[in-house]
Amino acid sequence: MKEKLVLVGNGMAGVRTLEELLKIEPDLYDITVFGSEPHGNYNRILLSPVLAGEKEIGDIMLNDENWYQENNIKLHTGKEVVEIDRRNRKVIAEDGTTASYNRLLLATGSNSVLIPIPGNDLKGVVTFRNIHDVTTILEIANKKKQALVIGGGLLGLEAAYALKQQGMFVTVVHLMDSLMERQLDPEASSMLRETLENRGIQFLMETATEALLGEDEVWGARFKGGLEIAADLVVMAVGIRPNIALAQKARIHCDRGIVVNDTMQTYDGRIYAVGECVQHRDQVYGLVAPLFEQAKVCANHLAQLGFAQYRGSLTFSKLKVTGVDLFSTGDFMGDDTTESIVMKDVDRGIYKKIVLKNNRIHGAVMFGDTVDGSWYYQMLRDQTDISGFRGQLLYGQSHLGDSGHGGANTAADMADDVEVCGCNGVCKKDIVNAITSKGLFTLDDVRDHTKASSSCGSCTGLVEQILSFTLGGDYSEAPTAKPLCKCTDYTHEEIRQTIQRQKLMGIRSVMDYLEYRSPDGCHICRPAINYYLMSSWPGEVVDDPRSRYINERAHANIQKDGTFSVIPRIWGGLVTPAELRAIADAADKFNVSTVKITGGQRIGLYGLKKHELPAVWSDLNQSGMPSGYAYGKSLRTVKTCVGKEWCRFGTQDSTSMGVRLEKLTWGSWMPHKFKMAVSGCPRNCAEATIKDFGVVAVESGWELHIGGNGGVRVRPTELLCKVKTDQEVVEHCCAFIQLYREDAHYLERTAPWIERVGMVKIRQQLIEDGGNRKALSDRFLSSQKFAQKDPWAERTGDAGFETHEFFPLEVKVSHE
Amino acid sequence: MSDWIEISSVDEIPPLGARVVHAEEMEIALFRTANDEIYAVRDRCPHKEGPLSQGIVHGKRVTCPLHNLVLELSDGKAVPPDEGCALVYPIKVEESRVWIKLQGVASKIKGSK
Repeated sequence: MKEKLVLVGNGMAGVRTLEELLKIEPDLYDITVFGSEPHGNYNRILLSPVLAGEKEIGDIMLNDENWYQENNIKLHTGKEVVEIDRRNRKVIAEDGTTASYNRLLLATGSNSVLIPIPGNDLKGVVTFRNIHDVTTILEIANKKKQALVIGGGLLGLEAAYALKQQGMFVTVVHLMDSLMERQLDPEASSMLRETLENRGIQFLMETATEALLGEDEVWGARFKGGLEIAADLVVMAVGIRPNIALAQKARIHCDRGIVVNDTMQTYDGRIYAVGECVQHRDQVYGLVAPLFEQAKVCANHLAQLGFAQYRGSLTFSKLKVTGVDLFSTGDFMGDDTTESIVMKDVDRGIYKKIVLKNNRIHGAVMFGDTVDGSWYYQMLRDQTDISGFRGQLLYGQSHLGDSGHGGANTAADMADDVEVCGCNGVCKKDIVNAITSKGLFTLDDVRDHTKASSSCGSCTGLVEQILSFTLGGDYSEAPTAKPLCKCTDYTHEEIRQTIQRQKLMGIRSVMDYLEYRSPDGCHICRPAINYYLMSSWPGEVVDDPRSRYINERAHANIQKDGTFSVIPRIWGGLVTPAELRAIADAADKFNVSTVKITGGQRIGLYGLKKHELPAVWSDLNQSGMPSGYAYGKSLRTVKTCVGKEWCRFGTQDSTSMGVRLEKLTWGSWMPHKFKMAVSGCPRNCAEATIKDFGVVAVESGWELHIGGNGGVRVRPTELLCKVKTDQEVVEHCCAFIQLYREDAHYLERTAPWIERVGMVKIRQQLIEDGGNRKALSDRFLSSQKFAQKDPWAERTGDAGFETHEFFPLEVKVSHE
Repeated sequence: MSDWIEISSVDEIPPLGARVVHAEEMEIALFRTANDEIYAVRDRCPHKEGPLSQGIVHGKRVTCPLHNLVLELSDGKAVPPDEGCALVYPIKVEESRVWIKLQGVASKIKGSK
């Protein structure tokens, strides 16, 4: 007999918990749901667009009645639970319906605060919280003209905007001297007020409402000081309060909300609670993202896995009063111990303020252009030292040397048919439609359904903006520490640490140790785990070809038609006539359709069939050319200029240095591809300042640069240091690569890695601590002893490794 | 029962991997899961014709190497929210020998072109 789970509160937090639970354990419980509203679960944060007439109620349903049926959930709509009988473990609804439980989940949400003033019970005085409120407001709005909104917070302003859209005259009355004072500083707040005034909304600031006037229906309001205005509709939007009446009646410990521990359990161990009704570590949350995090933790415990913990959410507000972009996070007011960087451009309607403390972001508030909000938030959370790029901070992430994907930086006034994602051809309206019609909440959801920002990722900020713009209201996805993939809840860091601390030596043992949900992972986590194993235990772990992307398994690049390319190593871009002849001979012999000089000073043969690869490699091997790893998460090329051997400007022998670095570092598996270059003078013909590791010769020695990128987002390198001798170049290069190998996430290039951890940390490890640099370099060189085996040579000949990889089975079909 | 053709032994296919079979000018991907279940799927992704045999096998699914579409090996269907369906062939394994049924399916391939 299955255990019984009862959910009280058919809203977003509760139902999300059920969804998370069903994903892990679909058959553990008989589930019963009580909701006081007569609907399925709908997207409460989209009520404003419904009020504004931009959406229908049907558009915002998340789970219709079919969903409950399909999942065998018994649904009682329109039935408010009025009592929990804890002794007999059952809940009792208003109409007498009962349901017994083994586990009970409370998700009773919150209620709007009704100000205790005379007339608050008149007809035409409403709150703005649920579908019933919205339909009531719309009925009045159809007949009447004058609306008064009490409360200049987010909800009030959204209501005011929506009523304006419905053709009413709208006045907002606010107790404080600036709007949304908890989310905005006075400057941003006054810009917001001006924008809304231009749209025809009137404001009464620093004004308290004394009474609502009317006999039966409301017709006006009187404020302190005696001013009276006409109003046929009064919307009270002064705040919400956790709905704890039911829990209190059942004597479950409550304070401001129902008090829960880190596993979302109340003081009664059989009763869990999630959502706005909950108080966790003294915090009450009203945003959706924390609720979803709670839902995930709660589901983990309901499923009896029992390892997830909720530790509270650091939130930010990315708020959308339609057509106005606002963002704030942290302490954006600042005090004596902080400093602020401010930019204000009134004409363009842009205001940004970043509050710094000890070179770390302490808070931020933005108006008009919020595309970098999540970047600032990320650095606030990670406590990134920003001293290295303080000068560019206000201009945003894309200005850290970006000359690539410029384009739009605000989603609000973007036309529907503007292409947002250039890789996958996704327009703004495709994204908006997917969000509303499929009930999407997160960036990952949008990526799964539309492919937008799922390839190169340069439009991620824009997609996030469209997401919050479309969801409006109070949704904000906090960029939390993300799990590696959908197979696990653990992050890259946690998985790498577990491998090292527990001395795990195989993918299977990692998955078993971490209690993997899927039988053998997926195409995202298996290559990552394989890399973490290989880089943690060089020489000890056996590589798993089945967990490698095809290019690294076949040691050639797969092309769109399923053929492969072959690119041999050409050390430092130097080539001999004999090598050129061997390449030409191979191209002739195998009928290669395209021979191309690549961007990295090499020669590529394209259009080879997979079964031809070992023979081509064998020919190239015989002329001394090994694999160029043009397919691998490893060293690609070391680009050089001719240097002082020939060039009249050359200051050092850049080609020899390039060859030396390439010979030292080839074959090492890294988190992502890695490119180097060596220029013989500051004219920098080898373009060393857009490489992962760039060396520029100067008269007195060498400049070492790191973290450059010439791809999607062009980013110049940052100067690591200047050194005098060749040996120092080598040691810094090896140490930098090893630090990258040990610290970066799998599939993270050096540029985003450095932006994530900060240049300060890298300088500490490589420059300030010479012993550490030497140790890193030694670790790299010792791992190279196991890595530097030409994979082509291993796979040619009769006794070649993994021959089944390259040769198909031929089957004759006889026709009798 | 001349419909069934013997094409391979289980041992010739690497676990959590695939092997390409050429038969009647068709390219078929033979997959072997971690539990040694064998599946046969036409070696073309419904999205952009990617060779599925080259993808990473996980559970009873394969990820196309070109654009990461994930397909169910049992029925060839893309895992939602992606859409599309690759052709699958009936397979039977007897004493570690793998048999496939191509007839009827072959004409479907031609029809689909």
